[in-house]
Amino acid sequence: MIPYFPGCTLKTKADFFETSALRVARCLGTELIELPRWNCCGTVTSLTSDDLIHHVAPLRDLIRVEDMNTSGEIYQEYRLVALCSMCFHVLKRAHLRVMQNPGELEKINNLMYLESDYQGKVSVLHFLELLRDIGFPKIQRTVKRPLAGLRVSPYYGCLLLRPKEVAIDDPEDPAILSHLLEALGAEVINNPFKTRCCGSYQTVCDKAAVAELTFDILSRARQEGAECVITSCPLCMFNLADRQKEVREKHPEFEPMPVLYFTQLMALAFGLDDVCGFDQNAVDARPLLQEKGLSTRGAS
Amino acid sequence: MIPKIVLTSGHVDFLKKVSELSGQVVTQCDQCGTCSASCPMVDGMDITPAQMMRLVQLGRREVLESKAMWICASCFACTVRCPRGLDLSKVAEALRQIQLRQAIDHIDIKSIPKDEIERLPQIALVSGCRKFTG
Amino acid sequence: MSSTEFTSREQSQMKRTGVYVCHCGGNISEVVDVKRVAESVLGQPDVVLAKTHEHMCSETGQNLVINDIKEHRLDRIVIAACSPQFQGPTFKATLDKAGLSPYVLEMANIREQCAWPHFGFPGEATRKAMSLVGMALAKVDLDEILKKLTFPIGRRVLVIGGGIAGIQASLDLGDAGFDVYLVEKEASIGGKMMQLSRTFPTEDCAACILSPKMADVAANRNIHMLTYSEIENIEGYLGHYEVTVKKKPTYVNPDKCTCCGDCVDVCPAVAPNELDQGLLSRKAIYLPSPIAVPHAYVLDIKACLGLLPIACGKCKEICDPGAVDFNMRPELIRFTVDTIIVATGYDIFDAGQKKVYGFGQYENVVTALDVERMIVHAAEGNPMRPMGKRIAFIQCVGSRDEQVGNESCSRICCMYATKLSQLLKRSDPSRDIYVFYTDLRAYGKGFEEYYKRAQGDGVKFIRGRPAELVEDPRTKKVTLRAEDTLTRTIIESEFDLVVLSVGLRPNEGTEAIAKLLRLGKSPDGFLQEAHPKFRPVDTLTDGVFLAGTVQGPKDIPDTVAQASAASSRAIRLMNRGEYDVDPVTAFVHVESCDGCGLCVDRCPSQALSLSANVAVINEALCKGCGSCIAHCPKAALDLHCYTNDQMLAQVRAALSDKEGPDVRTLIFADDMTGYRLADNVGTAKMSYALDSRIIRVPSCSRVTPQLMLQAIALGADGLILCESEKNSNPYPHSVPTIMSHVSKAKEILGQVDIAQDRIHFVQFVTVMLAGFVNNINRLSEIARKLGPIPAEPLQRLSQDMDKKLFGGDHDS
Repeated sequence: MIPYFPGCTLKTKADFFETSALRVARCLGTELIELPRWNCCGTVTSLTSDDLIHHVAPLRDLIRVEDMNTSGEIYQEYRLVALCSMCFHVLKRAHLRVMQNPGELEKINNLMYLESDYQGKVSVLHFLELLRDIGFPKIQRTVKRPLAGLRVSPYYGCLLLRPKEVAIDDPEDPAILSHLLEALGAEVINNPFKTRCCGSYQTVCDKAAVAELTFDILSRARQEGAECVITSCPLCMFNLADRQKEVREKHPEFEPMPVLYFTQLMALAFGLDDVCGFDQNAVDARPLLQEKGLSTRGAS
Repeated sequence: MIPKIVLTSGHVDFLKKVSELSGQVVTQCDQCGTCSASCPMVDGMDITPAQMMRLVQLGRREVLESKAMWICASCFACTVRCPRGLDLSKVAEALRQIQLRQAIDHIDIKSIPKDEIERLPQIALVSGCRKFTG
Repeated sequence: MSSTEFTSREQSQMKRTGVYVCHCGGNISEVVDVKRVAESVLGQPDVVLAKTHEHMCSETGQNLVINDIKEHRLDRIVIAACSPQFQGPTFKATLDKAGLSPYVLEMANIREQCAWPHFGFPGEATRKAMSLVGMALAKVDLDEILKKLTFPIGRRVLVIGGGIAGIQASLDLGDAGFDVYLVEKEASIGGKMMQLSRTFPTEDCAACILSPKMADVAANRNIHMLTYSEIENIEGYLGHYEVTVKKKPTYVNPDKCTCCGDCVDVCPAVAPNELDQGLLSRKAIYLPSPIAVPHAYVLDIKACLGLLPIACGKCKEICDPGAVDFNMRPELIRFTVDTIIVATGYDIFDAGQKKVYGFGQYENVVTALDVERMIVHAAEGNPMRPMGKRIAFIQCVGSRDEQVGNESCSRICCMYATKLSQLLKRSDPSRDIYVFYTDLRAYGKGFEEYYKRAQGDGVKFIRGRPAELVEDPRTKKVTLRAEDTLTRTIIESEFDLVVLSVGLRPNEGTEAIAKLLRLGKSPDGFLQEAHPKFRPVDTLTDGVFLAGTVQGPKDIPDTVAQASAASSRAIRLMNRGEYDVDPVTAFVHVESCDGCGLCVDRCPSQALSLSANVAVINEALCKGCGSCIAHCPKAALDLHCYTNDQMLAQVRAALSDKEGPDVRTLIFADDMTGYRLADNVGTAKMSYALDSRIIRVPSCSRVTPQLMLQAIALGADGLILCESEKNSNPYPHSVPTIMSHVSKAKEILGQVDIAQDRIHFVQFVTVMLAGFVNNINRLSEIARKLGPIPAEPLQRLSQDMDKKLFGGDHDS
């Protein structure tokens, strides 16, 4: 049983990311339990030297993990797993910030006088790190429906890999998603733009810029031979998938490129057809999957 | 028109403020341009990231009028590549915060059309508000 | 090794001390009342005379001392003047001229450490000067009549590394009549220079100028070349280095090989050719280079199919002169040398580490050294590969880059890129060549002119560091992204070939050699010179010198100059057949030593041993750090020129003029940095607490816990130990030793309720002037705040001090 932090979007617009992840984890023998009384992490980490208040929210979530241990809900388990790349980034950086600045930790602890003091024990993990710890061979053994013939391009985005203090893999040459896809039996297509930013929050006020980035990233993936792209972040998903509408406004010839959460492909590979969530993707992947002989039975 | 500047101690104050707020030794930037070449958003900017650092080094407050720091997506590509080990994302944040802390918001949430708000996931709205409003 | 006779330590019945106080042309006398200082010592026992003089270091000043020594039969001299690190050697020579041992001289530093820092307080400065003279008197009173230590030395040198640095050093030494053992790990000498096409800024052909030098090495009767050999072990010390070399078998007798090349034609095994950076191949049996010295073929056993007839044996069959010899075996060769020159050179930065540039993945991304080989082969009419028309050079790959862990500049890349770009442009003017740089460093003779020529030739220089390279999957051309920082535009452009101007890193073999010889490294990873300005080719290990890029990136002229410098330094040591050393060495009070042997493992230079149940010191190895002293429970270990009695006497003298509410702090400062720093502070006229008294030590590891506690018991209100920081300390073990001494002393203070904050230990570098001042002042302030130590804890401190220090474990 490992505490798991969902974050706001996974409970709403990206709920199928969560559902598929939890089931996939269970399939691999790991129970992810939702962090009690969690609050929004803040989505971005505050980068100025003097701002402490914006670290309060993520730290409260870390305190919850310590509380779970103190209350006996879990035993000696200080890992916290996040699915959303942005949540992972914020939580991990908050922890590192106060570890490097004990004076600041003291101030924040004092501010949150109704909470127990943060002891610094929590280890923030991204779900992919957990999968790596579980072991890709084990994942391969759990596969019931190898994704043979499916040409998938991993897309990491920024916040899983940068800056170096949070990176779950080499920022310039990451391989973790490739290893995962290989274990699922898919054909991995490398995209040199796999770590280029999707535009992130610029999508709020500068859709055109985001559309251009999406166009570049997905076109390049296609040029390399990819049939679909996977991601690990609801914001990347929105920018790469939902914003394809805006891409076609400027580039009418742009063919839709399916973008999926990696857990959806895992669910497909594990035969967990009811949680694949393919009906919720902005760009429908089902025609492609059908073509490859990988479609699911039933509703999803 | 080519601007002509006189370097005064007032310029040092601005440099000091940004250095402190960002926690970066801005004067150590040697203007190699790696950050600009790494930046995915540079095409839409009015000044390059390296140029932003240069203006701060010279203490030129007009850098606060530029659009570049608002176009930054905080992707940290510059951070992992700077050969001098500087964190440009923190300098950009410092410049944004200097404006935002004066209650000068960069976006007006109310002006975003309703259907767009409904379309956007929370993660986008929250991060957008964090970065663009005070 | 002859051991020096120290004339007996019995002090002569009556000591006759002369005291001289220098005006220093006003530098001292404008602040300190020199006459009063001189007069103040006249009453002291053993002081025969006390004089003042305008310039003690001048010829008249020195003659005054010489005449007084003769006329008044003086046998001890105190000179109160500038720093002993300044004119110490001058006055030592003065005493020598007068027939006295140079080691019965003590200097009181009343300029850099009194008149200059305390220029605003003449009254107090004068009183402090008197105190400093008192301390010098207390020390000189106990000076032993010592002589310089002299050791014999031979004429044999080991040169490690056969690149241009090793070659030059060997030739200089061989020509000067010294015996040289030149050990090179490759099958041929020549090093990296052998791989180059042309050299900047003159564009000489590298192989053409190198080849005659290599031939000279082979022809020089005094040079014994050991190629295909590596250093297995080196033990010993200056004048007596025992070297073991492992020579690998080449399986070809160089005396018989005629280089006909028939063996190559029949050899079936293929391997990447090192000379061409692995871009071309060779056979298992091969000639290392067209200009190889020794000029003979070599069989690479790793690539060979096997020596047994069943495996192959074709080369042996076809060899007419019968040079191929499968019976060769690795050899262990042992010999002794007197000095060593380390010239192990560099490796280029492994460009694969800079992942954004795709080296190793993209076929059209190569290193500059690859291009050197391409140019060599193209010039011979055998182009290795098409170079294309659009070529980009990326500077600073692996240098000036914290992301790959190397902040420093590799010095030669700007120039070699200027060279390669010009060579490529001139061999095909239709090419479009760009050099992407951050700074263009053209610092040397003819460099700027050469750069201007490149610009004139049409090579385009763009000031911007490329962030990434992306390969077009079909055409394999490479797209580069950089900012032209001079016009603030983003460049995104495709090239046929991208050349990475890789930086220089220390050669991988250097690490093992550095460990064997206890050589330090500079922050940039290259081997550290003894002093960056004045001893650029010496190391802190006596008799070991550095030459070439092993010490840091440099071009060929600088390498050759440094190699000649290293030879000259080696010759300087060896030429007289003997060398001198100040007798600052440890010694044993034999009557007190009980042969417990606890000290033996504590000497960082392995100079201590037990013989006939008594501790014995090897003076050739002893560095005079004083670390051993604290470990002797019987106080049997001591240090010449800084004896236990002398240290205590100086402490007493320093505290003797304490009156009433006075606070007195003692500053122990090491020769290398602490003392020098104090001088620098004074020279900069920065002031600090007047109640401080500086005591010079070779290293603060000489300051035993016992001494610290005795000082406090005698009235010192605060102590600070100022020592070279670990990385630049000539005594590598001193910092941990001092930490343990200080912690022991503090522990005991704690036991008797004396504030532990009275003892401080700070590491310095000589440029930390403000740091020094702040620490001294802070200590004074702390001492003042704490107030005098009450009588009762002081008494408890003095009781059973030996037991407190050594009772229980001897773990300090």
